[in-house]
Amino acid sequence: MSGNGEVLVKVDGLKTYYSIRGSFLDRLVGRTGAAVRAVDDVSLELRKGEVLGLVGESGSGKTTLGRTLLGLVPATDGSVEFEGREITRLSEHDRRLMRRRMQIVFQDPHASLNPAMTIAQAVGHPLEIHGLAKGREEVRLRVADVLERVGLAPAEQYLDKYPSDLSGGQKQRAVIARAIILNPVLLVADEPVSMLDMSVRAKILELMLALKHDFDLTYLYITHDLATAKFFCDRIAIMYLGRIVEIGPSEAIYEDPKHPYTQALLRAIPEPDPRRTIPRDLPRGEVPDAARPPLGCSFHPRCPKAFEVCGWESRDLKELLERRWAGMEEAGFEDEQASVGSLEPLDDPATHARMPGGAVKAILDEARAEDPAEPFWTGVRRIESADGHVEIDWHEPVAPRLLPSGQVEVECHLYDEEALAEAEKRRRSGIPR
Amino acid sequence: MAATAIERLHRRSLGIRRALGPIAEARGMARGMLWTGAGITLVFVLLAIFAPVLSPYGFDQYQAGGRRFAQLAHPGHGHILGTTVQSTDVLSRIVWGTQTELEVVGLALAFGLVIGVPLGLIAGYFGGLFDRAAVLFMDAMFAFPPLLLAIVIAFLLGSSVSSGVLVAALAITITYVPQYFRVVRNHVISVREEPYVEAARALGAKPFTILRKYVFFNVVQNVPVIATLNAADAVLTLTALGFLGYGVQPTQGAEWGYDVSRAVSDAASGIWWTGLFPGLAIVLLVTGLTLVGEGLNETINPVLRKRSIRRVDFAAPSLEPSTEILEP
Ligand SMILES: Nc1ncnc2c1ncn2[C@@H]1O[C@H](COP(=O)(O)OP(=O)(O)OP(=O)(O)O)[C@@H](O)[C@H]1O
Ligand code: SF4
Ligand SMILES: [Mg+2]
Repeated sequence: MSGNGEVLVKVDGLKTYYSIRGSFLDRLVGRTGAAVRAVDDVSLELRKGEVLGLVGESGSGKTTLGRTLLGLVPATDGSVEFEGREITRLSEHDRRLMRRRMQIVFQDPHASLNPAMTIAQAVGHPLEIHGLAKGREEVRLRVADVLERVGLAPAEQYLDKYPSDLSGGQKQRAVIARAIILNPVLLVADEPVSMLDMSVRAKILELMLALKHDFDLTYLYITHDLATAKFFCDRIAIMYLGRIVEIGPSEAIYEDPKHPYTQALLRAIPEPDPRRTIPRDLPRGEVPDAARPPLGCSFHPRCPKAFEVCGWESRDLKELLERRWAGMEEAGFEDEQASVGSLEPLDDPATHARMPGGAVKAILDEARAEDPAEPFWTGVRRIESADGHVEIDWHEPVAPRLLPSGQVEVECHLYDEEALAEAEKRRRSGIPR
Repeated sequence: MAATAIERLHRRSLGIRRALGPIAEARGMARGMLWTGAGITLVFVLLAIFAPVLSPYGFDQYQAGGRRFAQLAHPGHGHILGTTVQSTDVLSRIVWGTQTELEVVGLALAFGLVIGVPLGLIAGYFGGLFDRAAVLFMDAMFAFPPLLLAIVIAFLLGSSVSSGVLVAALAITITYVPQYFRVVRNHVISVREEPYVEAARALGAKPFTILRKYVFFNVVQNVPVIATLNAADAVLTLTALGFLGYGVQPTQGAEWGYDVSRAVSDAASGIWWTGLFPGLAIVLLVTGLTLVGEGLNETINPVLRKRSIRRVDFAAPSLEPSTEILEP
């Protein structure tokens, strides 16, 4: 089932940033706005014939990675080698030629077919674009062929239909037909079944597996559903905030998830057996803003196992205080908020904070006493009151590296000897627990 | 061979029927407006086409068989709608005027479409500097009162272009180009983000192929609506130009606005027919075109569209093999 070892796609240090337009004034004075780091330094390999699953929550950059591979959005940095050829900086002409070799199936079948084209026109258009068929009748014959291959049979019934006449599953079959009519080697499937009825999902996935076998396809299968990825993928890459945090063979990922995020994702898969109640919530908090990712390990604000080196910083303090206040009585909350003042200065990521008001130290001490196990405190190097202010220092953030660990590669300090040693050192030098 | 030709024809007619589907399906108010408007407009179109046959006299004819017509003759007696102070026949001027109005409006719309739609497509799809410059320019044009703009253009072109109809059409076009541009551009910007456009890029289609095959058809649906509404507006602009003396000149053709302006002084002395009939013609044509436009708007515009709800007959077995359950 899995690949035969020959590398088809080699992604190296790939970054795709979307610049967010600043205000009109910003542009006037030439200030460039911030950038969403949708894909932030991703390296991976796709071997011929394999199915690589790309799994992550919404906003983790899966679609962007797929689109960058196909050159639908420009790469900001890094390289993509396809069949041994660097393709991120191809000319338009060369890129169009390359499009025959790699295709994409989008999430929403209703939106990925032109409402003004019949199925015959839509599925046959790639042939016309690349001049691969002579005359209308040949196009029609080949379209009929491929429609039958994807299960839209008899083809005559579908050729002259418009997309609006078809059901979601049929549309997705037509989209798949359009993608494979050029005989590509790589197919990026971006959540191809997530918008379909439960009843058709399995059929479409089965179809994709059959096509992969018949046409020697390689898949990059994007999904946020770890449960289907398990049966569909040879290898799985877990993505979080634009980075791959864990990658390895599917069985290894399922049996022994290493990264705390993977573990959380797996726990969140709904149990088929409702009597077995296990905690199935994703970790606390939201996915952070990809324009200003957390320092150190991006996952640390939500990570139950985060420790000294994971990148604790001012924004974590803000979150801690807000969480504390959310669980407090009205009066106590107002008192504390008054003595701490505005939390806005904490929005700028920094490993040092200076807050006015001597009462802050007492509040922090109390918070710590109430929940000493909170990982946040491992990151605090120093809290001191001085002339009416409180100064807080955090340990320097260390960015985790994607390192091999057993059968998988994982980007987490828990599996990095150096980081563990550094944390141990900090633990001894930091304020006593 | 013949069979495939017929088949192809059949396929094409399916496409046309599909495009006209919403119009045929229009119900209630929209249907009434559409058909009434179309009826009125059709009458004027026939008048314009058959003017040489239908009109008793020429548009500037003031005599027949060596005898000069009476000045300001009452309706009746050989001149059904009376005559004007220049002895011309009011009915003839209205019939020939129809031709002028429709020619100018048709030309103005054609120019507006031919210039505004492609500009909007290109600016919207490619964006960038061209888009920004075009938007700025068009918005500036929008800022002028349309009539003022038309007068300026008519004045500028009047001396160098000899055809009065062409001058008037160009003058009116100027005010509509920005409208087509704006509507098309904004629509393109939303269609551009549709997955099917990205899919076309992924297939390797060239930008102009994408514009032609994927963007254009999904954007032009709104254009007929604006075009008919603009047509009504264009009639008003043209007659206003004529009224002010900047439109089609009296030597070049009959024009209702001009006639109304000449009739202003008649009205004071109780002569009603020289003003009333051209005025009625203006009102009727504008109403007809507006009804078509609004009717189209209601049927085509998906936000307003209320498709008639068909009765579902559960007893009859469905012949559609298109349910997922039957899929292989
Ligand atoms: N065209 C764009 N311009 C600016 N930002 C974008 C654009 N497309 C995506 N983003 C941002 O990039 C990040 C990654 O988005 P992406 O669509 O790749 O995520 P995803 O993992 O596919 O999510 P989902 O599961 O919702 O499809 C998000 O923060 C998103 O807001
Ligand atoms: S490095 Fe590992 S332990 Fe630290 S925050 Fe990230 S995932 Fe958690
Ligand atoms: Mg996505």
